[in-house]
Amino acid sequence: MSALRDLYQQVILDHNRNPKNFRVMQNATGSIEGYNPLCGDHYTIYVRMDGDVIADISFTGAGCAISKASASVMSSMLKGKTLGDAEGMFRDFRGLVTGALASEEEMERLGKLAAFAGVSEFPARVKCASLPWHTLHAALDGTSHAISTE
Amino acid sequence: MHTTTVHSNKADAPNVANQPGQANQDLLERFEAVRLCRHHFPLLRRRVNGKPLVYFDNAATSQKPQVVIDATIRYYEEENSNIHRGVHYLSERATQAYEGVRVKVQHLLNAAHQREIIFVRGTTEGINLVAYSYGRTCVGAGDEVLISAMEHHSNIVPWQILCEEKGANLRVIPINDRGEIELAEYEKLLTPRTKIVALTHVSNALGTINPVKTMVAMAHAHGIPVLLDGAQAVPHMKVDVRDLDCDFYVFSAHKAFGPTGVGVLYGVTKLLDAMPPYQSGGDMIKSVTFEKTVYNDLPYKFEAGTPNIGGGIGMGAAIDYINEIDLASLAEFEHELLDYATKRVAEIPGLRIIGTAREKAAVLSFVIDGIHPHDIGTILDDEGIAIRTGHHCAQPVMQRFGVPATARASFAFYNTKEEIDVFLAALHRVREVLG
Ligand SMILES: Cc1ncc(COP(=O)(O)O)c(C=O)c1O
Repeated sequence: MSALRDLYQQVILDHNRNPKNFRVMQNATGSIEGYNPLCGDHYTIYVRMDGDVIADISFTGAGCAISKASASVMSSMLKGKTLGDAEGMFRDFRGLVTGALASEEEMERLGKLAAFAGVSEFPARVKCASLPWHTLHAALDGTSHAISTE
Repeated sequence: MHTTTVHSNKADAPNVANQPGQANQDLLERFEAVRLCRHHFPLLRRRVNGKPLVYFDNAATSQKPQVVIDATIRYYEEENSNIHRGVHYLSERATQAYEGVRVKVQHLLNAAHQREIIFVRGTTEGINLVAYSYGRTCVGAGDEVLISAMEHHSNIVPWQILCEEKGANLRVIPINDRGEIELAEYEKLLTPRTKIVALTHVSNALGTINPVKTMVAMAHAHGIPVLLDGAQAVPHMKVDVRDLDCDFYVFSAHKAFGPTGVGVLYGVTKLLDAMPPYQSGGDMIKSVTFEKTVYNDLPYKFEAGTPNIGGGIGMGAAIDYINEIDLASLAEFEHELLDYATKRVAEIPGLRIIGTAREKAAVLSFVIDGIHPHDIGTILDDEGIAIRTGHHCAQPVMQRFGVPATARASFAFYNTKEEIDVFLAALHRVREVLG
């Protein structure tokens, strides 16, 4: 039960119910679809870059509570950040959901992302949490085809 | 194996207990016999996440009774050797045992001849064999292959590839909102261009039992052969291929209490004889010179290479098991479980069942408003309940019903109403946890 509560933390439930930046972006400089063919999760991530800075980021699509909250939290944390910041956060996030992050210092750096710590107890859900990040990563890399978890 | 002795323990007997009459008394006793079969499945005794396992993913694969596990082990411990090749004792024993399974399958399906039973890896390979071998010789440019809107990907993709290669067209029989075939539309789609109809007997995603006997007759009236995908039918009902009058029938042992990696393609001799081999190599030939190879007779023409002998032996034990338990009682009992579950889930606010055919196997596919199936699956798993979530390898069905995925509980005769109660409590928790 407690592992389940750790997974579905209030932050995640709130973002799932009322996702931030959940909209199409008309003036995006990049957008890309990401999907998980196993469960049908499907998102489009939009970014508008201003030089090295993520001036705006939004998403649309549908999926489970974990993937949707992840996209929402990701978008709210990355707005105004540089590409370098985004890379660092992605690395931390991956460490977090795969259970590889441990030190207090690392946890502190995570801020709101720490809500996803419970995912590491559910290996089947790691892909859900990571999907928006992988998708964004591809969008920032200039990949033009849709990306898939499989 | 243990015989299924009748034993009445009316305290936890099914609902019909409240109704008087000898017929119900009989039903009750037969159901009780079914309930005792649960003990034949060792895996059902285990716990998952600290809770007793509730295994509701039977449409994905069934659990295996002890007799199947034992037969497989016994084969490897006492008879393992290659078949159809050695003159030595073990090889003859193994060949006999393996060929004996062919006879068991023949009887299970009521096929006319042993040679019409071809061992394959499973349903998927059986369909591929027909699409490749029959399809590549009989389907040409402008021809049509007819499937239904509720097929598993394994009964879509091989035909799609064939059609692409041949310049043929894949046509799809529509289904109604209940998930039933539109028979009038089907009739219209049977044309002189139609070269084969490939149809699921029972839908894995919706549970629909299709009126396949009628549909075969309709196709035959136009001279069109029919392949039936029996993956979900064989574990739940008596299948008689001659009564259905189908031309091909395929199933996987692993969904019918047998091991993975083995299955059956049944085909009528007339068609099989005319078909070229699917794969080639050892066993499927009579003689080989560098100039010419003479293919073996049926069924070996379609069985190249060393087969899954151990799996075949396990499948034989599974068929013995099916014969020993009374499949008709099991089907009735599963239906009782489905009815009970269908009634109970109506308690869950916002729950909608996908697939409400009048003729339905024990599959309960559903969605809950505002909650993704994947989250339902995780929360149920935490309670030790195994269900499937996703598109069930039937994405066109999901598109037809406008959902990205469903949660699916699929029952077998060894499941109980008590397990459905546990499942219901867990569904209430889904609401609680996800709000
Ligand atoms: C209706 C149906 N057809 C075909 C298959 C494919 O069976 P297998 O994976 O054993 O080849 C399945 C199993 O998932 C099924 O349910």
